[in-house]
Amino acid sequence: MSATTDAEKRRGAFSSRTVFILAAIGSAVGLGNIWRFPYVAYEGGGGAFMVPYIVALLVAGLPFLLMDYALGHRFRGSAPLTFARLRRWTEGIGWWQVAICVAIAVYYAAVIAWSIRYTGFSLTQAWGDDPESFLMNDFLQRSSGISFDIVPGVLVPLTLVWVVTIAIMTLGVQRGVGATAVVFIPVLLVAFTALVVQALLLPGAATGLDALFTPQWAALLEPGVWGAAFGQIFFSLSVGFGIMITYSSYVGRKTDMPGSGLVVGLSNSGFELLAGIGVFAALGFLAQANGVQVTEVVASGIGLAFVVFPTIISEAPAGALIGVLFFGSLVLAGITSLVSILEVVISAVRDKFELTRVRATLVVTVPAALVSIAFFSTASGLSVLDIVDHFVNQYGILLVAVVSTLAVAWGVRALPELAAHLNRSGSIRLGRWWYVLVGGVIPVALTFVLVQQLITDLRTPYEGYPTWMLAVFGWGVAVAAIIFGLIAGRTRWRADTAVENFETEQDLEDAP
Amino acid sequence: MSGAAVAMMIVSIVIVWGGLVAAIINLKRGGGPDSGAHRDL
Repeated sequence: MSATTDAEKRRGAFSSRTVFILAAIGSAVGLGNIWRFPYVAYEGGGGAFMVPYIVALLVAGLPFLLMDYALGHRFRGSAPLTFARLRRWTEGIGWWQVAICVAIAVYYAAVIAWSIRYTGFSLTQAWGDDPESFLMNDFLQRSSGISFDIVPGVLVPLTLVWVVTIAIMTLGVQRGVGATAVVFIPVLLVAFTALVVQALLLPGAATGLDALFTPQWAALLEPGVWGAAFGQIFFSLSVGFGIMITYSSYVGRKTDMPGSGLVVGLSNSGFELLAGIGVFAALGFLAQANGVQVTEVVASGIGLAFVVFPTIISEAPAGALIGVLFFGSLVLAGITSLVSILEVVISAVRDKFELTRVRATLVVTVPAALVSIAFFSTASGLSVLDIVDHFVNQYGILLVAVVSTLAVAWGVRALPELAAHLNRSGSIRLGRWWYVLVGGVIPVALTFVLVQQLITDLRTPYEGYPTWMLAVFGWGVAVAAIIFGLIAGRTRWRADTAVENFETEQDLEDAP
Repeated sequence: MSGAAVAMMIVSIVIVWGGLVAAIINLKRGGGPDSGAHRDL
């Protein structure tokens, strides 16, 4: 048995292709599928939006997913180890991705905690007749600046989220990450389908679906709509920041990765479509009940989940059931995504320092939990969360994705090698078309989205927040992740970790 | 719902969910056995 195989045994692995696919779906299907896609589709031309959306999925989302799969599956490592094995000088990209995952995990847990509380609030409709005031003043006790006043209503569920997540991560790749996906994803599908059926039975549901699907063909002439479609596909698929590299390193060598990727990508889009139908059916009810147009009740993100949906729950028949299904779905989708984000960090720490699973988990998650609780169970939590989320997405995930495609396609010129690797056991053959998409279309499209947002953010302060807050929690966090990547990428590996000599071992194992 | 909205909803469902079913069939037929490494420490 070679050293490489021994290393894989130490790292852990998924027990089957199905577990890997469910874990990858669990990562891709997150809060954005439920609260972002419906709004983006509606704003981007309704039914006509499906054209750029499907084009973006085929020419950018799936090809990028396959690049991540190829990297992790060939080089059998966490993001930093994978990039180090690709070429030593690209290792910093992997650490940059790790830093981004730390930042996301810290605030993502808070939204799951809110959803847990709102699952309970749904039973009593605790928000009364003013859900927005309840969210800001009673529940989050929001302050305009920075405040470290503890909010017990958030502290308790947030602590619970971290305890559960740490327990899952401690159990390892198969018994923790894999088993969570095997249980949570089917339950999520059943719960969310029940929610959609319930929403479709509400009076006015057809009005909502009409608003979502009526095609505004003129929107297809707007570059911004195409940018929104590429952005939605990119953020929704969890590509480009280490998750899919890490997960694919845990998959058996003979697994059909392109075929698996197609199932993961289309499952993600299938769930988004289901979410669009459910959310707009419910919005149609709300509009009809209040005698207004759907456009007057449309929202996305936190506003949709914690203001608009509570209003729907208060007014709809069987509202408590809708509430439990909706917020329960957010919790399930959120936890499987949080687990995948943390796995990127834990896997990297394990590879670098050869720690045991439990020790690596505790080294990563306990400090992350403490920072998360310190920042997001306080009265300034929402503002910090909003800023970090925006800047880490735009100038973290999007930027590192552009850099990684350029490095892999043009810096290392590794696409033929990666395509050959996937073609060994893949049911879909990758060829020149894939090189063109990964080396050309994807970096150009993502750069367009990035520049569009950069211009907006330079012209007007994001959401009107104070400059110092944007500098610290926005630009500061995004730049710190890059600096961390540059520094960590220059540190030495342990002598017994195969880095430069990995390729030879890999080729020997691949030989017939 | 308008005819155009119904048509776009059906087309979207057929492409995305139909594509998913086709992808699953492709994986079952040509993707080799659903076995993995069976290792976890």
